[in-house]
Formats: sequence, C-alpha cells, structure tokens
Amino acid sequence: MSVSPQDVEKVALLARLTISESDLPEVTERFARVLGLVDELNTIDTQDVVPMSNPHDMEQRLRPDAVTRSNEREALMASAPVQEQGYFLVPKVID
Amino acid sequence: MTDSTLLHASVSHLRQLLKDRAVSSEELTEACLKQINATNEALNAIITVCPEQALESARAADSQLAKGESKSLTGIPLLHKDIFCTRGVRTTCGSRMLEQFVPAYDATVVSKMKAEGVVMLGKCNMDEFAMGSSNETSFFGTVKNPWDLSCVPGGSSGGSAAALATGMAPLVTGTDTGGSIRQPASLCGVTGLKPTYGRVSRLGIIAFASSLDQAGPMARTAEDCALALTAMAGMDDGDSTSANLPVPDFHGALNPNLQGLRIGLPREYFNDDLNADVRARVMAALSELEKAGASLIDIDLPHSHYAIATYYVIAPAEASANLARYDGVRFGYRCEQPSDLEDLYLRSRSEGFGEEVQRRILVGTYALSAGFYDAYFNKAQQVRRVITEDFRRAFEQVDVIAGPSAPGVAFPFGAKQQDPIAMYMEDIYTLAVNLAGLPGLSTPAGLINGMPVGLQLIGKPFDEQTILNAAHRLQIDTDWHTARPNLEAITS
Amino acid sequence: MNWEIVMGLEVHLQLATQSKIFSGSSVQFGAAPNEQADAVDLGMPGMLPVLNEEAVRYAVKFGLGIGARIGDRSVFDRKNYFYPDLPKGYQVSQFFAPIVCEGMFEVPLEDGTLFPIRITRAHLEEDAGKSVHDLFQQETGIDLNRAGTPLLEIVTEPDFRSAEQAVAYLKALHSLVTYLGISDGNMSEGSMRCDINISLREKGSETLGTRTEIKNVNSFRFVERAIYSEYERQADILESGGTITQETRLYDAEQNVTRSMRSKEVANDYRYFPEPDLLPIVIDSDYIEAVRATLPELPGAKRTRFTSAYGLSEYDAALIVPNHAMADYFESVVQLCEAPKPAANWILGDLSGALNRNDVGVEESPITPERLAGLIVRIEDGTLSSKLAKQVFDAMWEGEGDTDEVIAARGLKQVSDSSELEAMVDEVIANSPDQVAQYLAADEAKRKKLSGFFVGQIMKASKGQANPQMLNALLLEKLQNQS
Repeated sequence: MSVSPQDVEKVALLARLTISESDLPEVTERFARVLGLVDELNTIDTQDVVPMSNPHDMEQRLRPDAVTRSNEREALMASAPVQEQGYFLVPKVID
Repeated sequence: MTDSTLLHASVSHLRQLLKDRAVSSEELTEACLKQINATNEALNAIITVCPEQALESARAADSQLAKGESKSLTGIPLLHKDIFCTRGVRTTCGSRMLEQFVPAYDATVVSKMKAEGVVMLGKCNMDEFAMGSSNETSFFGTVKNPWDLSCVPGGSSGGSAAALATGMAPLVTGTDTGGSIRQPASLCGVTGLKPTYGRVSRLGIIAFASSLDQAGPMARTAEDCALALTAMAGMDDGDSTSANLPVPDFHGALNPNLQGLRIGLPREYFNDDLNADVRARVMAALSELEKAGASLIDIDLPHSHYAIATYYVIAPAEASANLARYDGVRFGYRCEQPSDLEDLYLRSRSEGFGEEVQRRILVGTYALSAGFYDAYFNKAQQVRRVITEDFRRAFEQVDVIAGPSAPGVAFPFGAKQQDPIAMYMEDIYTLAVNLAGLPGLSTPAGLINGMPVGLQLIGKPFDEQTILNAAHRLQIDTDWHTARPNLEAITS
Repeated sequence: MNWEIVMGLEVHLQLATQSKIFSGSSVQFGAAPNEQADAVDLGMPGMLPVLNEEAVRYAVKFGLGIGARIGDRSVFDRKNYFYPDLPKGYQVSQFFAPIVCEGMFEVPLEDGTLFPIRITRAHLEEDAGKSVHDLFQQETGIDLNRAGTPLLEIVTEPDFRSAEQAVAYLKALHSLVTYLGISDGNMSEGSMRCDINISLREKGSETLGTRTEIKNVNSFRFVERAIYSEYERQADILESGGTITQETRLYDAEQNVTRSMRSKEVANDYRYFPEPDLLPIVIDSDYIEAVRATLPELPGAKRTRFTSAYGLSEYDAALIVPNHAMADYFESVVQLCEAPKPAANWILGDLSGALNRNDVGVEESPITPERLAGLIVRIEDGTLSSKLAKQVFDAMWEGEGDTDEVIAARGLKQVSDSSELEAMVDEVIANSPDQVAQYLAADEAKRKKLSGFFVGQIMKASKGQANPQMLNALLLEKLQNQS
C-alpha cells in the first residue's frame, strides 16, 4: 500500500505528533518501508481464523466491589508538571 | 576473596557465601557499586544508581542473614531495567518523556523481589520505551557492548545485559516484548529468560505492547534464572492477564537429566538465510544437548516468515494507545509555554518522544485507523493465531524448540539505524515466541571472532522448567556461559 | 414544510457501585479534586485495570430488566482520543461485543398506552474526569475523581418522534434503574446523562436526515427544551435551503439554544481495538439465572398488578409506580387500611402536594404509611369527614401524633350519635320558623337549595363535626314531619 506525506500528516495529527516539513519526506519514506513489510500479511489466507488478542484463552477475573484506595493525591500529583489547588492544569479549553 | 571473583560469581554461589557469612551483603554491594563506578562511564549501562539506599538494604539484609531469617535472594545485589516502576526512584523508560518521573509505587516484580531480600543498586539503561534492538534509541545515550565498545549490546534490555556481563550486579531484570531479553543476552554472553506470557505480573511495568510484554531475569547461569523466576513470578490480582497458576520452585526442580528430551529444529530457522557462523555455534550447542541424551528432530513452523509483519502491526498498535497517556498533563515531559491544548499535546509528545517511538506510534495509529483496521490490525491478529497454532502443533512432536537467539553477533553502532527494517530483523527468531506467549531462553553458545552468540530454547506454555533444565545441563557440560569480556579496556 | 423529527438516545448511567470499574477508588460524589483518583484512575505508567464484579452484575441486571440478550462473551475495547479529562488517551469501553445486546423497552405514555423502544445495546465503560473552566484565569483545571466511575451506556434505535416520547422514555428508564437498584439515576449530579441524536426529515420520507448529537443534557426539562430548540434550528436551516452539518452540540440552558462544541472540532477516528489489558467477560446461563433470581418486580409488572389487584386506574398506577419508594408506600398503606382507592387519592393528592412543597422524598415523609392508613380507617368508619380528615392530615404532617391522637387532642371527632344530632336538628328547626315555612312552601327543586341553610346552622352548632350523611337524612325527615 502506498502512503503519501499527507497520509502521514493525517496519522500524525491523530497521534498528536508533529512532523516538521523538512523531516516529512524521510519520515514518509521510512513509514512506507514499514508498511511495505507488514503488507506481506495480505499474502496469507486467514478466512475463518478468529483474531487473537491475548496469548492464552483465559477469562477476565473479577474484583470484589470494595473501596481499597484512600486519598493519595499528594503522592501522585508530585509528578504533575503544573498543578494548582489540587487540579491538574491545561491551557484554557473552550467546549 | 578478590573483588573479581566476587563480581563474577553466580547468585547461587553468592547465596552460599552470604549464608556462610564468608562475605556480607554490604561488602558485596560495595564491590558492585565500585564496579559500577569504574565501568559505567565507558558502558553507560545504568541510568540511575542509588548507593545509599542499596547500602541501607544491604545492611538490613546482613542483619537478617545474621538472624538466620534469610529469604531466597537476601542480600543479593540487583539492577532493574528502568522500565520497572520503583517507588521513590526515578523511572525513565529510557525516554526524555519520563526524565523526571518518580513513581509513587513499586512494580509487582520490584516488590516481590524486595520481599525476597534483594538489594537494588539502580536502574539500567534501555531503548526508549523498550522500542529497539540496539539500545541506540535511549534518550540517555547508547549502551556499549562490553565485548567491543564500538558495538551495540542489543536491546531493549541492553543496559541490563551489559551491566551483568561486566559484573556490576550478579542479577538483573529485563522485559521482552519481541526479543528484548533474549537478543541482548545473546549479544552480551549472558543467560536471559523470557517467561510465558502471564507468568510474571505486568503491574507497574511501563507498557509497550500489553499482549506481548513479559518481564524476566537475566543472570550468569540458568540456575540463577530459575531462582530469580520463582521470586518474580506469580498470580497478581492487579494484572488481569496474569495466570492463576502456582509458581513451581524452578530452582529446586532443576533436573540436568535430558534423557528422552525431544528438541525440535524448525526448518524455517535453519535455512539458507541463517549465518553460517551462527549456525555452527548453535549446532555445536545442540550436539552437546544431544550428547546429554536429547534427540534432535526437524520440525516445521510454516508461518514463521509472517511473524515480523504480524509483530510490527500488533506491537505498534498497542503501543500507540499505551503511549497516549503521555500528554504533558499529569506526569512526564511538558513543553514550554503551550499556546493552547493542541499545542500542549503536539509539542510535549514530539519533543518528549524519540524518533523510533514516534515512528511506531505512527505505524500503530495507521494500522488502527478507519479503513485500515481490517487489513492490518485484524489481519495481524488472525495471523497471530495461525503462528500460535504452528507452535501448538510442533509441541505435539517435541518438548523444546531450538534456534538462534539472534541472526548474528553484536554489530557496530549506526550499522542498522538508518534502516528500520534491518533493525527489526534482529528479532526475527524471537518475535514469534512473544506472539504465541511462549517461554524462551537464550544461553551462551560460544564466541564468533570474540563476540558471543546465543542458543535460543523455546518451551511449551508455562513449561519454563524444561528449557531451564536443558540450559542448566548445557552449562554443566560446557563453559561458554563463563566467558567474560576483557574489562581492562573499560575500567577507568 | 412539515418536518418529522427522528431521534435516538444514548444514556450514560453511572452504576451505584462502591468503587470504580477498574480500580479500588471510591465513587462517592463531591470529594475535593483528585482525592478519589488513584494511580489507575490517573493512567499512571504501568497501571492496569481490574474489573469490578458488581459493575458486571448491574449490567446483566439491566439487560434482564429489558429482556435483552446477554453477551456470553463480551469484550472491552479501547476508544482512542485525546482530551484532558481522559487520562489514558483512551476510554475503556465495549465496541465490538457489548455485554447487553438487543432488547425492547416498553415506555408507558401518559394516556396509559405502551410505546415500544428498541434498545440497540448497552455496554460497560469508564467515565471521564471533569474539566473546570471557571476557577482559573488562563487555564482549565482537571479533576479526575469521576474518571473510572462505572458507566452503562444504553443506546436506542432512532425510534423517537417527539420530545414527549423522549422524556417519557427517560422517566421510565429512570424508574427501571432505580427499581433494579443499579443507579440512583440522579440527573442533577450526573448519574444519568443523555445524548440526543436528532435529525429532521419530510413527513412521509423513509430516509434519515443528517443528524446532530446534543451532548450531556442533565434534566428531563432540559431534554425537552433542547429538542425543541434543536428542532427549530434544523428546521430553519432546512427551510432556507441549507444543509445540516453532522456535529456534536451542547445545550445551553440559560440561552435555550444548542451550540457547536469547539473542542470536538478535530475529526475523530476512535481506532477501537480490543483492550489487551483485559480479557473477555464470560457469562454463562448459571450466572444469568442467579442474577435473574435477584430481580425485583419491575415497573411494568407492578403497574399491571396495581390495576388488577387494587382496581387502580391506569392513570393512577402510572403516577405511583415509577417512583419505587412511592409504590412501596402505597402498598404499605393498602395493607393496613384495605382501601386502595382512597390510599391512591391521598398519596397522589395531599401527600404528594406536601412532599413537593417541602421538597422531601416519600421515604422521608413525616406521615408514615401507618399514620396515613390510620387516617383512611377513620374516614372509612365515619369518624372523620373529608374536611376533618384534611385537618388531621395537616396536623400529622406537623408532627402532632397519629390520627386518633390528633382527633382526641383537637376534639375533631365527627358527631355521628343520632340522638345528639337529633337534638341539634330540632333546635335549629324550632329557632327558624320562617325558613321552615319557606321550605314547606317550595317545590322539590327549590327545597334542596333551601335545606342548605339548615345544614349550615347545624354545622355551625356542631363546630363542623356533624356527620354530613346522617345530618342530611335526619334533617330531611324532620322537615318533612313539620308539614
């Protein structure tokens, strides 16, 4: 599958990554090579094969509905780049 | 006892020395710290050293040893790959994104090993977010291969492997998503075990690809790996994918008798593409096992070829979501003066992540995006099952599958960096094992032009014991695992 | 042009668990910011989800409550998008295989008829945190206490054709989930939030128009108003030859308009894929039957029973049943007084009035079912006239004791003693010769009117306590005897 610089830019926006104009051709070229590699998948017939999400056929374990954590704000927010009055801060968002 | 003997002793040996009070944990820890001081500048294997903390736990271990209250690893110094969250100790995952990140919690592996009495010396360098096979993607600089400083140590657990090979610690941890324990173990001449998916809890390990990631030990012997695995493994209520199975005493159950063991040699591994020198070393190791009573049987893993394509869809796809949390809001790198929310996201992530990580996020995002999900992600998940079925069928005939751990020996820096595909090929023999969730081990198989080569042994699900037994026997019958790099050039 | 409105609803229901869906943090409403968000809720590196069993049970309960098929193997997926209140950059939801599959929900309308709504699916997911816009000058504050609260998202087919139907559905849904005990359904606290997918088409057309989605409408009244206002907006655009843009809109209750959400402008591609940190939820028939055994009588069945067993009108049953506590209250009263109709009248009349005026729920009513039943017994046995009964009711509301205590304390007993009444009637007749004469001279029709004078006099003499039926009979007889 061929991939254009515009495709790469679109994907980059979805992933919230910026690619500079100067890097775009090289990023696109390397991206295309990886896609070329994975395009090999199309040469194998997988009709009726159930997709595999996890190596083992296990079921989800369930946790009892109990409150086991108490306020850990101070410890957890210690790694926050910007915070005030117990809130994480981001530039003003307008809904 | 000389420092050098101490620094290259196995964990099993050190356990005895500690128990006999022939050496104290504090002395041992000091020797390791000294070795780190002397060699790390040249190797760059360690990102963070915590000497005070280490010495404090060493002294605590000594008092436990004195009281005869020791656990399986009491007083043994250890380095963790910097992907394991350690409470109060910076955990970077090799990334600028987490350069300043100090977790408020320990990974389950870290707390389990702490409970077994280990002395944590620090955190090992690694490819950024474990994405790489050469340790060249680390924000903290490349790790040098102690056998040849102009070569890579392998990756992503390259810092762990290099540290172990140079005696900075007798035991290290790694993680393996596509070969990240086995390939650097091979390139640095140490023993590395990737357990069955679900054997070791992933809680507190910074995620790369959730359905493939698995932590495991790297050590000087298979016996040490057995000891460490029992300490690390076990069901964890905090990890839904951890297997609810009892953890055997892998060390106590070690059995070097290989009579009747059937070892499968996949034709797809031992084909014309295999480097002749590597083949010779691997076959030499296998004939040792044969001499010990094992039989070698040719088998087929017909879809091996597709493992790399499958892996490079699934792993980046999962990673693209796992790495979305790094947005500059709650932790991690945040760009300067973001003009608005989008700017905060775009710049924090583009400045915080390195090139390879960004490439994989892009590929993964693409594989999941509208219109491509079926052709890429869903298809890859189907092929994943096909590959897993190949193994299941093969294991009807054999007990262990053997092959090379890596396509060659350590390569010079930069040799594969310009070509992502060439780099991805480094894991051609290891990726499928992660896709199928099987246990895999790399054990030294001698040198090629002075550089180590590894033999890979692959086991049935949750049968780590059998591959540990085989490697253990090999290490009884040969001395490849005792080969050491010349440290004179390194030591400052 | 004559437009038909077509709507489907998505309701996000917070499940009434103690802890979050994937972590052990409390879900209690109203804590200080980020004090109920642990490392899992914050999406810290290395953290993993573990599923809350109660959330699964509640979802299955809901599915059984609407007769839906329960997915025997449901799977969680990641829904990927960036937003500051979404800590991991993805929401764990169910896309490919939801826990509750197709079902049917019968919504009672005001006229007592049932209106069937097709439920497409209901799936489990985690709630997001909250953005606080008005606290900081340049920034938005992020509070992740709500992040990870278990949600059941209930999705309908586009079966609604009016705002009234939509509101009736939401009320019935509210009633169902409170009956099931799976949510408090409190819209003002966000326990039940509604997204409305709305499009217009020419009456008679079969094709659907372009829809907009109005997000997070948080009261029944606002749902109605948001629909009307969006209808007007779309109709205006279509009538002036314009086209509708498919987009997410927000209802602004103050201005009573919907407006486009800027934050959702970047085109989203959610890239759903199976959540690798969680495994399939396997639900077998034993589990389903065990949950089924715990289901209470649901509103539909209760309405039927109230009309057939108690003889209530559809209308009264439809008013009492949706409120589970009120239905229980009603049944307690009926059990004690064996008078269902008066019980319904009192509950829907004076009691509801007083509860609403004082803004208290029926569970906290100062008049217990025992006391209301006591009042009804005293009406039924003739002790109290309806007028006196209202006085007693008011006194009980004020906490003056039960019916008999109020009667005793206030001396409110109805005079039903015939000799006492007779004496009163005789006295009034004796003192009113003119009126008696007038009465006797009048024809039958006029006599009825004139008798009012005597009744009034006697009531006055008895301080209102004369039993009206007995008084009427006695008066008629005595007046007749005068001729």
